[in-house]
Amino acid sequence: MKLIRDKTNIDFLSAKRRRIAISVSVLLVIVSLASLATRGLEFGIDFTGGILLEVGYPQAADLEEIRGNLSAAGFDDAQVQQFGRETDVLVRLPPQPGNEASEVRTELQQVLQSGGDPIELRRVEFVSAQVGSELAERGALAMVIALLMIFVYVMIRFQWKFSAGAVAALAHDAIVTVGFFSVFGLPFDLTVVAAVLAVIGYSLNDTVVAFDRIRENFFGLRGMSAEEAMNISINEMLARTLITGLTTLLVLVALLVLGGESIAPFSIALIVGIIIGTYSSIYTASATALALDVNAQDLIEPIKDPSLIDDLP
Amino acid sequence: MNRYPSWLNALVLVILMAGCLLALPNIYGSVDAVQIADNDGTDLGEDRLEEFVRVVESAGVTPEAAYLQDGRVVIRFDSVEDQEKAGERLRGQYSREANVAMTLTPKLPEWVRDLGLSPMSLGLDLRGGVYVLLEVDMATAIDSRMALYQQDFDDRLREARIRHRVDLSGQLITIRLTAAEDMQAAREIIESADSDVLVADGADGKSLTVRMTQTQIQDRQNFAIEQNLTTLRNRVNQLGVAEPLVQRQGVDRIVVQLPGVQDPNQLNKILTATATLEFRLVDQSGDEPGSRRYPGRGNESPQVLKRQVIASGDQIIDAKAGFSEGQPAVFITLDSAGGERMLKTTMENLNKPMSSVFIETRRETVVRNGVEEQRTIKLEEIINTATIRGVFKNSFQITGLTPMEARDLALLLRAGALAAPVYKIDERTIGPSLGQDNIDRGFNAIKIGFLAVIVFMVIYYRAFGLIANVALLSNLVFIVAMLSFLQASLTLPGIAGIVLTVGMAVDANVLIFERIREELAAGASPQAAINSGYEKALSSITDANITTLIAAVVLFGVGTGPIKGFAITLMLGIITSMFTAIVGTRTIVNLSFGGRKLQSLPI
Repeated sequence: MKLIRDKTNIDFLSAKRRRIAISVSVLLVIVSLASLATRGLEFGIDFTGGILLEVGYPQAADLEEIRGNLSAAGFDDAQVQQFGRETDVLVRLPPQPGNEASEVRTELQQVLQSGGDPIELRRVEFVSAQVGSELAERGALAMVIALLMIFVYVMIRFQWKFSAGAVAALAHDAIVTVGFFSVFGLPFDLTVVAAVLAVIGYSLNDTVVAFDRIRENFFGLRGMSAEEAMNISINEMLARTLITGLTTLLVLVALLVLGGESIAPFSIALIVGIIIGTYSSIYTASATALALDVNAQDLIEPIKDPSLIDDLP
Repeated sequence: MNRYPSWLNALVLVILMAGCLLALPNIYGSVDAVQIADNDGTDLGEDRLEEFVRVVESAGVTPEAAYLQDGRVVIRFDSVEDQEKAGERLRGQYSREANVAMTLTPKLPEWVRDLGLSPMSLGLDLRGGVYVLLEVDMATAIDSRMALYQQDFDDRLREARIRHRVDLSGQLITIRLTAAEDMQAAREIIESADSDVLVADGADGKSLTVRMTQTQIQDRQNFAIEQNLTTLRNRVNQLGVAEPLVQRQGVDRIVVQLPGVQDPNQLNKILTATATLEFRLVDQSGDEPGSRRYPGRGNESPQVLKRQVIASGDQIIDAKAGFSEGQPAVFITLDSAGGERMLKTTMENLNKPMSSVFIETRRETVVRNGVEEQRTIKLEEIINTATIRGVFKNSFQITGLTPMEARDLALLLRAGALAAPVYKIDERTIGPSLGQDNIDRGFNAIKIGFLAVIVFMVIYYRAFGLIANVALLSNLVFIVAMLSFLQASLTLPGIAGIVLTVGMAVDANVLIFERIREELAAGASPQAAINSGYEKALSSITDANITTLIAAVVLFGVGTGPIKGFAITLMLGIITSMFTAIVGTRTIVNLSFGGRKLQSLPI
């Protein structure tokens, strides 16, 4: 079976399409950044600090009643929401100054229990604001280090123009994925940071495979322009790009549907990231390298020792 | 063409079998058991094993199996009732020297155990339990050391009959002398007490300042955290939790993990309380320099106590709760230095009153001018004042507590004092039902995701797809094998990492198979197509995997908690998939298609 025709010859990189692609990418990045700047992210307590309770009720929970009880007990700033099943409720509170966590927990448990039904505390998390900001710092640090190391690796294996193309594509993917979480107000926790890094790894995987073929074709198809050689390479790798994307999406959809609520943001981040990453490895990476005027010369290893070159007669 | 030498085929087979063997322990379920570990951390031997089994049998219970594992005794039972009965008996008899924990243990047959194999260990999010991150209050550790210096210098100067006053402010001790000519003598006394501290002359020519060196401060901090670790381990052992983890993290933090514990409140007392005792003489005149008024607990009357501490909590080597003349009491044993001092004090102060002060430290967050501040609160209460009726040394008793308090205090004192208070900065509790839910959901996702990929691959690549599927399945086995071998905890994000690996691991095969198709389309013979397909795809596969590996390694290095779990399975998955997708499938392809004439390939 074949997903696409044997010899596709789609002109991905024509000047016109490239312009469209760049406009789309730039637009996505701008929307993401604008949303991040204005709306920000729905940070989980991993980053903000605070208290989180996952509570199981014997029957469907009445969120309004729970909210009322909580605010009557002085927890005005509690966020109450359904979590997966209708019997499960997630309660979030900002850090409670002046109170011991254990006391707050006991108090919350009593308030939530006040309906009379025995409840089950499925999960209780208490994170201090200090740890929260540390985790956020480390998450950001991880992204920066990963991007830097990848830049260096691609530079060693290929050349800086490719490296710049790859990193541009990765930054694009990371920004748009995080922007997606901002635009749709999805909860952003530590697992999402892990997912974004996995997206970086995945998207790079795609980009590097394309670059590999581009390098091969630069040598095999001499006399062809860089744009043509890149276009042919992308066409040749199209089946692979789509199939790997598809199998990965298959498992991620399974994880999103079956994995439960707490892993859902992680799955969403990966699904969005992989779709964006597939697109960007076709367009962003190659277009950036082309914009930097990449050519076959760039991939020929420079002769390290000049004395090996014969003197001109 | 396309034949592997037979040694290589054999090697692939051996690796596959090794993987299966390492993964094997995971297929056995678990069984109720009691686990006994020595409190001192020393390995238990055969003799103890037999002893424990005899104790269990004396309770009328026959164990299903009993053996030593990593220096611990594991006794398995057929039913929960048996487990509880045996556990209670063992606890009653050994609670002071060993950690007796009721737990679930994998039901491994003897030969698997003898090979030293064990199943994957599950993270707290999968098995339920409490995770606590504690911060050690280093400032207090330094302050308490400075206070000791202060008292020591004071004592020594008085003994040398040098008139003086010693003040402590922050981390600086100022010694003011009445006579300037005592300066040299005072300096010598201080330097003989501790030759490392920094002593400087004051500007007025009649005073000395003393501070700790940077090295001393660091040593003290290290000592504080090390001692806290030991103390917390001891205290946690008293809880009877199987496989607790108490570990240092960074400069001033301690991680505590208690699998299976549901109520973090149970921990609060033993983890954060730095309850300790101090014994001081009552200042009956009430006007001695340095004397202070202490409140009494409950009906206990307040007293003015002398500044000198006769003995303090860190000199207590044993404490037992019990009853003395019908009153709850704590029986205390002091170390030799404390005992000597107690002896001297009681000899000199017969028929004078002495108080036991209970000191508890905790931290509160207060909001001052809209800024959150951490404030340390030290609660000091007299729990008992008694007249010294006789001379005593190492052993004595104190009363004035409720039975519950006596038990808690004995436990705290016995486990040792914390050198510095600790504060919870992160606490996560996962209930057992959520843990089980997470396992079920995670494995469901793996199953369905795996199935979807398998079906797709067979439809798309036919026989070659089938081969890729065999590789994918063995990849799963290898990941489980490596996780079991490394004993890295499997977490929910870890399962997500496995799911992702399943999706991405076929990438290598897709690259190879697409290349073979291209070669075939370009007119290559089937055998040549297979060969160059594998050969030419190799550099792409390597590059692609190394870059993903970079991201995973960074995640592992920088990440914490859930991120680390994900990074581990991702790394393992990438490494094992390189082997299965390249060498593994090639072996099967060579065995099925190699070395014969082919018209076409089922790809």
